Amino acid sequence: MPSMTPFGFTHRSRRGAEAFLLVLALAVGIGAYLYVDLGVRGEFPPNAWLYSGWLVLLVLAAHVTIRLVAPYADPVLLPVAAALNGLGMAEIHRLDLAAGEDSAVAERQLLWMTVGIVLFIATLVFLRDHRVLQRYTYTCGLGAVVLLLLPMLPVIGQEINGARIWIHIGPLSFQPGEIAKILLVIAFAGYLVLHRDALALAGRRVLFVDLPRGRDLGPLLLMFGLAMLILVGQKDLGSSLLFFGIFVIMLYVATERPGWLIVSGSLFVAGLATIYALATYVPAIGKYMAHVKTRIDIWLHPFSYYGEGTTDAGRQLVEAMYGMAWGGLIGRGFGEGQPWRISYANSDMIIAAIGEELGLTAVIAILVCYGLFVERGLKAALISRDDFGKLLATGLAFVVGLQVFVIVGGILRLIPLTGLTTPFMSAGGSSLVANWVIVALLLRVSDQARRPLPDLQPTETPDDAATQVVKL
Amino acid sequence: MNKPIRIVAILCLAMVAALLVGATWRQFFKADDFADDATNRRVVDEEFSRDRGAILVGRTPVADTKPSDDRYEYQRTYPEPFLYAPVTGYYAYGGSITGVERSQNSILSGEDDRLFVKRLVDMVTNDATQGGDVALTIDADAQRAAYDALTDLPGDVQGAVVAIEPKTGKILANVTSPSFNTNDLAVHDQNQWSKNAKRLENDEDQPLLNRGVQTALAPGSTFKIVTAAAAISSGKYDADSMVPGGATYQLPLTSGESGQIGNEGRDCGSGPIPFKQAMENSCNTSFAALANEVGADAMLEQAEKFGFNQEYFDDLQRTDGESIQAISVFPEDMDEAQTGQAGIGQFDVRATPLQMAMVSAGVANQGVVMKPYLVDELQSADSEVLERTDPEQLHRALSAEDAQEVTDLMVATVAEGTAYPAAIDGIDVAGKTGTAQSGIEDVPPYAWFTSFAPAENAQVAVAVMIQSADIPREEIAGGVYGGPIAKAVMEAVIDE
Repeated sequence: MPSMTPFGFTHRSRRGAEAFLLVLALAVGIGAYLYVDLGVRGEFPPNAWLYSGWLVLLVLAAHVTIRLVAPYADPVLLPVAAALNGLGMAEIHRLDLAAGEDSAVAERQLLWMTVGIVLFIATLVFLRDHRVLQRYTYTCGLGAVVLLLLPMLPVIGQEINGARIWIHIGPLSFQPGEIAKILLVIAFAGYLVLHRDALALAGRRVLFVDLPRGRDLGPLLLMFGLAMLILVGQKDLGSSLLFFGIFVIMLYVATERPGWLIVSGSLFVAGLATIYALATYVPAIGKYMAHVKTRIDIWLHPFSYYGEGTTDAGRQLVEAMYGMAWGGLIGRGFGEGQPWRISYANSDMIIAAIGEELGLTAVIAILVCYGLFVERGLKAALISRDDFGKLLATGLAFVVGLQVFVIVGGILRLIPLTGLTTPFMSAGGSSLVANWVIVALLLRVSDQARRPLPDLQPTETPDDAATQVVKL
Repeated sequence: MNKPIRIVAILCLAMVAALLVGATWRQFFKADDFADDATNRRVVDEEFSRDRGAILVGRTPVADTKPSDDRYEYQRTYPEPFLYAPVTGYYAYGGSITGVERSQNSILSGEDDRLFVKRLVDMVTNDATQGGDVALTIDADAQRAAYDALTDLPGDVQGAVVAIEPKTGKILANVTSPSFNTNDLAVHDQNQWSKNAKRLENDEDQPLLNRGVQTALAPGSTFKIVTAAAAISSGKYDADSMVPGGATYQLPLTSGESGQIGNEGRDCGSGPIPFKQAMENSCNTSFAALANEVGADAMLEQAEKFGFNQEYFDDLQRTDGESIQAISVFPEDMDEAQTGQAGIGQFDVRATPLQMAMVSAGVANQGVVMKPYLVDELQSADSEVLERTDPEQLHRALSAEDAQEVTDLMVATVAEGTAYPAAIDGIDVAGKTGTAQSGIEDVPPYAWFTSFAPAENAQVAVAVMIQSADIPREEIAGGVYGGPIAKAVMEAVIDE
């Protein structure tokens, strides 16, 4: 494939295509916002011009920045992110209207999007070469671990809805895990680039698969320990799965050894099974792990946890299923459904809320958008000219894909439901800001990969000059 | 590193594909299951916000929808709740729906396929979906007469009246006592609804019960019509034959007084007596003997031809969509002693008032028992007829000639026998009284009455059942109370 080889093929910058796609993305975001008010209240929102203008400005600023500092970046990533962000804000606004006059989550989300775009611009402007990040491998790793452990500290750490993943400092609340996932990807990429050769050494061969050597299991066991700590200490199955998943995939990409997938997959499943068994049979230890068991039980029998005479712990999932079924193929239309029946409809469960009011059609469109985003990110990884860039882009793209799979799969009852945000759509500042930084990093990697090479015509130096042996 | 990246790309595609399949499964293939689930509050709220169709008697709504100013757009109202409660049923919070409201729910709510075109037009013109109307077979005068007459009895009356048009099987009246206020269950306030529902469910007198269709009791002497029909269709008897008589009848396989059947002082001769006398005086001794003469198998066959041991009525339903009809029972595999008792409507014979009305109606309709029905017409919101129920034959119970013989016996019973309270001036009325031992200590006998008129070309057949009322025990017998009720209903129909 010509696009794979940097020689003989020059990428065009495609900024015009990006501008056109951005117009479509804005049409989706602004159109949905106006349609919400029309559907729910029967009139245009009072701040229609302000909101639309603001959104246009943000998108324009991002686009201009790309033109200036990353002209060869992928043209699809920004429009997809902008469309998802806009649609998410419209649904959040719709749930604001249902919640009452004082609810202004959508306005806050627009402010967070502004912060996200500012950081996006800053990342692109100040990080002209992603390889610089490789220098901060261990700093990032340490930072990530600290961030992940912060919520477990007393005073600032806080347990909300059964998961201990928040920190509170004064009036600000924050989910450090969202930032940690970027730092982790950088740290993994930096570490794996250096150690991939050692980790790729084959060990025992079982059933056509070369398993890794026992002595190389250290980093994996460390990550596994961290994942289990998050699972038990923070009661957060979603984040645990996410962090471990990124590490395993990046390990596999770096070493090209499927054996790693098998070892780590079995390890995680075994860990989960142990916890489930402990929660079931050993009450003394089990009470610390009961949340995992509850999640799995609700997944298997949601209706046993719904309605009078039960714990009602399955209400969220059952209401989501009811809502999506009620929406059907084309949805009820904004204002015609009852998405507020689903708890956390504007954050974790936003796909269910959209499924109810905009139907399967919109859900499919959104999933395809995510698919496009992830595949464009992986494309950047494929054509990247350096190993660090490849690993970084793979990790960042995969983190978005896995996160969507875990939360949407949970809502659709493909897997147990665990709390994670839906990238770009869910209400929540930390998540939105982190995802915009991910877009910036992916654009940076793709810009580097697609940029025409500097003129590599042979210089005056004779051919043999390079191979001369320095004689003493 | 490109090969594993490609594999990761395939993995991500697979994840997206799994989500697409999952979403399609949930929102398309399984959508109907969850969208119709009664515990899905969206369904209830949506239906409460819809202009539900009316249930009509004649042209008058007995269940209607009025605009409401609370959180739902519409309020279900029942203009005459007590009178029509057993047929309309109620449309209550939490998906609790009964009666015709339940059985015709798809038309009333507008979801029915027969309203598809209308719904499509509404969607295009952006009008709210409107439900269709359901017209009942009920005759308003007959229903009113039945209810007034039944509830005029002294004390707290438990009983029911069912009237049928013999030629078609149309149910002209179905009342029950005590009844209840359907509006109490249609309230939107969930707490209020819950309180009202609990009160009605726990009421000892069971006001939610439609005794006309749901209560099967021993039919007593009214069952002698079936025994007479069996005897006559056996070929050995007609209305002018002599049948066994006598003051007592010793049931086969028994000895002593406990196995003896008597006539409570009515004149049943000693030795053979005319069939008419046996019917007029409701002679237990004669009919116990006749039942044994035709045998348990022929009795069973005759009873089943009238509709015993069968389900035939689905127009009234419980919340779960099952018919409320109680199955009337004629036992199988009886010995001779049991057959004798069954011949006079005792032992384990059980019949609903609807079933006894069908027995009369079958005799009246020259031996053909029509399938009873309550829903006459389905109409769109624009009063356009979508479907009209065609009368349907359930069984031929008797030949036309044999039916005439049984009619003669019943006419004689009104003219000169125990059923005299149902007599109407200038019209031949055919009827039969009944008093059934409850078989339970301290529970008084049940009073039954069934009749049809005019005897030739009958317009109405009716059954009255008084389960309990403040009536002296000795007055329960003889149709003193049931007869006038039946008469009032028949007059209400024939007057038109």
